[in-house]
Amino acid sequence: MSDINLTSKAPGGPMALRWTTHKNAMKLVAPNNRRKFEIIVVGTGLAGASAAASLAEMGYQVKAFCFQDSPRRAHSIAAQGGINAAKNYCNDGDSIDRLFVDTIKGGDYRAREANVYRLAEISVKIIDHCVAQGVPFAREYGGLLANRSFGGAQVSRTFYARGQTGQQLLLGAYGALERQVDSGRLRMFPRREMLDLVVADGVARGIVTRNLITGEFEVHTGHAVLLATGGYGNVFFLSTNAKGCNVTASWRAHRRGALFANPCFTQIHPTCVPVKGSYQSKLTLMSESLRNDGRVWVPKNPGDKRRPEDIPESDRDYYLERRYPSYGNLVPRDVASRAAKLMCDQGFGVGPSGLAVYLDFRDAIKRDGESTIRAKYGNLFHMYRKITDDDPYHVPMMIYPAVHYTMGGLWVDYNLESTIPGLFVLGEANFSDHGANRLGASALMQGLADGYFVIPYTVAPHLAGRKLPDINADHPACREALESAEARVKKLLSINGERTVDSFHRELGLLVWDKCGMARNDAGLRQARQRIQELREEFWSNVRVPGSGGSFNQSLEKAGRVADFLEFAELMVRDALERRESCGGHFREEFQTEDNEAKRDDDTYGYAAAWQFQGGNKDEILHKEPLEFEVAKPTQRSYK
Amino acid sequence: MSGNLNLTLKVWRQKDAKSAGRFETYKVADISTDMSFLEMLDVLNEQLQNEGKEPVAFDHDCREGICGSCGLMINGHAHGPDRATTTCQLHMRRFHDGETIVIEPWRAKPFPVIRDLVVDRSAFDRIIQRGGYVSVNTGNAPEANSTPVPQPNQMTAMDAAACIGCGACVASCKNASAMLFVGAKVSQYAVLPQGRPERERRVLRMVAQMDEEGFGACTNTLECEAACPAGVKVSNIQRLNREYLRALFLGTGPEPSAED
Repeated sequence: MSDINLTSKAPGGPMALRWTTHKNAMKLVAPNNRRKFEIIVVGTGLAGASAAASLAEMGYQVKAFCFQDSPRRAHSIAAQGGINAAKNYCNDGDSIDRLFVDTIKGGDYRAREANVYRLAEISVKIIDHCVAQGVPFAREYGGLLANRSFGGAQVSRTFYARGQTGQQLLLGAYGALERQVDSGRLRMFPRREMLDLVVADGVARGIVTRNLITGEFEVHTGHAVLLATGGYGNVFFLSTNAKGCNVTASWRAHRRGALFANPCFTQIHPTCVPVKGSYQSKLTLMSESLRNDGRVWVPKNPGDKRRPEDIPESDRDYYLERRYPSYGNLVPRDVASRAAKLMCDQGFGVGPSGLAVYLDFRDAIKRDGESTIRAKYGNLFHMYRKITDDDPYHVPMMIYPAVHYTMGGLWVDYNLESTIPGLFVLGEANFSDHGANRLGASALMQGLADGYFVIPYTVAPHLAGRKLPDINADHPACREALESAEARVKKLLSINGERTVDSFHRELGLLVWDKCGMARNDAGLRQARQRIQELREEFWSNVRVPGSGGSFNQSLEKAGRVADFLEFAELMVRDALERRESCGGHFREEFQTEDNEAKRDDDTYGYAAAWQFQGGNKDEILHKEPLEFEVAKPTQRSYK
Repeated sequence: MSGNLNLTLKVWRQKDAKSAGRFETYKVADISTDMSFLEMLDVLNEQLQNEGKEPVAFDHDCREGICGSCGLMINGHAHGPDRATTTCQLHMRRFHDGETIVIEPWRAKPFPVIRDLVVDRSAFDRIIQRGGYVSVNTGNAPEANSTPVPQPNQMTAMDAAACIGCGACVASCKNASAMLFVGAKVSQYAVLPQGRPERERRVLRMVAQMDEEGFGACTNTLECEAACPAGVKVSNIQRLNREYLRALFLGTGPEPSAED
């Protein structure tokens, strides 16, 4: 298994021409041949739905799968703030080059340059397409599109639909997908969970699913498999992800040979509602867009018990504005999160737990009036009030960082193809575009870029260039995958131990949050690794999964996902141990500058770490894709 | 501010679509008023599993009020007693110590029960398949700012597009009417220039599918608006009726297709 060759397949030449050059050189599938190919799409968020719809429009036969009851409910729907595009509608100096550089720099120079340039280039087409779909983006009085600012940028390039941008973009893609169902070219399979990947003669040719209503196992075969199954943030149990988000599809593909890249790169979002009690089931994000108008502060005196509105200006520390005057409250997420943690660690935190800082709208309301603020953020304020019973129009919000997004994912080349031929990975599930930290409003951009404008081109060379003999469920590879998925479910149901699935998940989550969260160090990571192994062992001997396999069984669904998180978590910790530098969301306490900023080591760690599964309890093997920066030369990242 | 509640829960249990259902009574103790309603059900489910029983099945995912997965009848109200609130955003501070809470699934013929509190809402997807989109293929869109949209139209479209597809409108309507759901989608595209080319075809096809699924008619009791967690207004039903009549009058019926 040492024949791994991590070539990106990105073409050379001038950066601005690479995507065009690549498209022009690619093999095509003629329209009358497309109907002969069947493409499997797993996951129906922005990346999956847009890919499924676009491929079916072109004439391919598509089968799409999601675990939710409807493709419209994928977690992309919860994205609030917006989507970036280099339209320069604000005449403030934006350009494709600038969006590219901002994204590379925001990612702390750990992303692949050619991919990021392509993303910036495609961004403008996404807006055109979504507007044509009838997505109700915010507009100015003159009827043209409005923009706002987001973290890590000094231009306004973020398009938005109130605080529900993800919802509106997803409903656009979902409508397009359902239109293809109507056309007969797309078959939708909701309430299906992918439990394994079928790799036949070295090529991804199908998946094994479980019907979550009846419990039946199914084998679906095709000519290509696209995973658009999101990130692994729920390994932390508490995150802003939806409860169902999981790593199972990616992890099963990893076990079948797809390399997993940079799993230690997780994004901790700075503005979330703080944790309240041990019963808590999830954390809620308050959109980064709030930092356009909200000011972040803590009291200057540790332990100041006065109500925030009673603390005078002279006793407040607007620490982001103080430390980063040129970006102020709009520093990137990793920087803002670390700064909040630092203030709280030093005793300046507020709220019952001391693990919170204020996000204050007093000045914005005074300046613009309550109705303007309501029009911009009304739904977010409403949501905050529902959760906390506090009214942010009158008292500052309390916020604290929480796990939000994962930059790591399955390794893909420039065609979004993994190390298993025929297996493509889109959206958050892949690793390629955000490096070690994603900028706000870039996830929607990447999901839709991959689905609408990259995969329709890059799947063709696979379909046209490889021999793909007919395959059906009787193929030995299908039978083997099916049997192993069935055996695993049977095993989970037969343990009949003492602990619930959730109790394992909570313990795992707390452990990785503590040791592999906002700050990591060598000793803590080693302890975590040891404990994860023990916990995994206990899980397989002491978990209790009630009910049967032949029916709707949510405990069983969760058990399979937690079992995979217990394997994945060890790799995440291992990757964090191996990367002895700080960059983006990966902060190793041993490697920081004098003023507590992340200290990169480009010479030693200027690579994407891609891990290869070895089976059983054997250590995974690390492969490295060196990252070369021809245009955006790495510098010490500064937002001061 | 915080306090703890002891509650009696009467929960609908039903093995599957074919079996008969019944209420089961459970006690939960020491429930924090800061918990969400679904977190309270999580506590119940941990308790049931530790007693060796099967947990109560209910749909949920984002738990922040936007995915539309969750939906329970709580004391006879869709999504519970709060206005403009999904079940997942309902918090236990809304309840009193010692209270009995009755928890049921959505009850409507087009939404058959799958298990316990989980229902099948795929009828909504089939309605969307008949026209809940603008028929534009990827790749041929004009420049985004080439078609200005008056801000009031955009606001109206956004108000309608805020629908999360949870089905509370249907569950709260005595006729199990889906006209708020359909009206919201029809309205979004009726007021936008991008939706104009398919205006008549869309409304006729979506209404035909709505009828075929077995949803009832609107008799203006406005329960749907009261129950809607996304604040979708019944003015969308009025617009749906106008659009439908207009399309009938203009006579641009559905094109013949295999299904027709």
